[in-house]
Amino acid sequence: MKPRPAYRVFRVVALAVVVLALLAPLLWMVAASFKTNVDIYDTGKALVFSPTMDNYATVLKRANYVQFIGNSLWVAFAATVASLILGVPAAYSMSRFNMRKSALVVLMARVIPGVSLLVPWYYVFSNLKMVGGFGVLILSHMFVSLPLVVYIMMGYFDGLPEELEEAALVDGLTHIGAFRRITLPLSVPGVATAGILSFIFSWNNFMFALVLSGADTKTLPVAIFDFVGYASIDWGGLMAAATVVTLPIMLIALFVQKYVVSGLTAGATKG
Amino acid sequence: MATVTTPARAPGGASEMPDTPGWARWANEHRKWLFAAPAMIFVAALIVFPLAWTGYLSLTDAEGSVRAESEFVGFRNYVDVLSDTERFWPAVGRTAAFTVVALLFEVVLGMAVALLLWRPFRGQKWVRVAILMPLVATPVAVGMMWRLIFDPNIGLANQVLGWVGIGPQPWLAGQHSALPTTIFIDVWQWTPMVVLILLAGLTSLSEEPQEAARIDGASTWQRFRHVTLPLLMPTVIVAILLRGIDALKTFDILYATKGRGGGSFHEVETLNVYAYGLSFDYNEYGVSSTVLIIFFLIIIGSMWALTARRKEAKR
Repeated sequence: MKPRPAYRVFRVVALAVVVLALLAPLLWMVAASFKTNVDIYDTGKALVFSPTMDNYATVLKRANYVQFIGNSLWVAFAATVASLILGVPAAYSMSRFNMRKSALVVLMARVIPGVSLLVPWYYVFSNLKMVGGFGVLILSHMFVSLPLVVYIMMGYFDGLPEELEEAALVDGLTHIGAFRRITLPLSVPGVATAGILSFIFSWNNFMFALVLSGADTKTLPVAIFDFVGYASIDWGGLMAAATVVTLPIMLIALFVQKYVVSGLTAGATKG
Repeated sequence: MATVTTPARAPGGASEMPDTPGWARWANEHRKWLFAAPAMIFVAALIVFPLAWTGYLSLTDAEGSVRAESEFVGFRNYVDVLSDTERFWPAVGRTAAFTVVALLFEVVLGMAVALLLWRPFRGQKWVRVAILMPLVATPVAVGMMWRLIFDPNIGLANQVLGWVGIGPQPWLAGQHSALPTTIFIDVWQWTPMVVLILLAGLTSLSEEPQEAARIDGASTWQRFRHVTLPLLMPTVIVAILLRGIDALKTFDILYATKGRGGGSFHEVETLNVYAYGLSFDYNEYGVSSTVLIIFFLIIIGSMWALTARRKEAKR
């Protein structure tokens, strides 16, 4: 049924307000990243200003951001790959054998406040001389991404008919062979969803890296704070830094939005 | 679903194949745990020991260094923390206020936007893209962005208020406005999450009850109130559950906008920020562990209550 014209006008206006409210702040951040600190302080130059690349020069050269971008990429990538390797088979098993209690163990990680684990982690990992290294960062980020992978993939495997595997068994494949050669290729979209979401959440993670990273292994969300001085803030540099952290992940989401949405809403509509 | 427990009984199972090496046969037979155990062991190792240790520390007077000698003090920390009306109870209050108010706005606004987006229209895809952006933006960067916008002197927020003739507000800098402002930021970033979840729920609803109500002459509001909402209730509760857990644990935005300790007057000091400060600024491990255990119990308790409510809604 077609909605009434009055409603259609209302909907257009309402949605325009929503879109503006969601995007304007982000555009404002990007605009500020192209302003000098003088222009940022000048309210008359809110919209009209002569753009400068100085903030980006500061961020990328002086503030060592190229290295931090590399750190973030490496940690998010490694945590994602490791989480997929551990999580996909686990989700498969938990889905096929209906191991809901076992799945709860993994999903506990979503519920527990990270701070309550950080002191013991810090103690153990500093005794192992791992604090400040990449290993501990990747492990802690896996703690975020693994439950995501298991949650998303369990839902995905629940929806894959078991008959396909049974047919493969009849054709002489082993169970593991059927998983590897039939189920896994069929679940590529699910794996992509889980991988993308795991990458995004790991990239955005802040608290674990705040405590467990060192000067050389800082990730981008932690490095942003270099622009917040004790007495004053380099707003231009800070907004450029914030843009450098946020923009890549938003671009990824833009191109693979179908996967991001299905990952974020995974399992929301089923029992 | 017919669950195959042992491969030997499965048609054409591995054990019937003559040229399979022994280890492969063993792996096949034990694949249930072979697949599940590594992930479970990983998570359990990173949870069980730390939680047990936090529980133990909460019964000691540990402070200064995690390696320092500490004495067992029984439940003294619990008595101290639970009778602390200076920092602990206000932090509990802020955590509750932050979570409840943010959730309320997120669910109401999220429902409104989801209903707007429900029926297909031209350009729907682009609205969805816009909705996705705050969700994937790095929370710390989002906090910094709003910190500039809400700056009392140079921020966009006060400029906009100036255009419509309202005087400047202190926003994050005010003792009473800081918490509402951080709630606003949380609502900005996470309402889209509720929209997406509810939209998924709406799209999976069947059309028949809607049609039946329409034929019976129900108004738009009546259809929403008596048909759509009850059917959508389980999804609403999922959204509340997912968002609630994260809102209780909010850290990034508070740390980015107000710094360690939640501001000079602890304006936005929630349980999470309080426990973080106790642990990593003051090294009061005994007390911070006590706060964390209580916090943990609050989270488990609220989750349990909500899950129970969800089971009811499904009946």
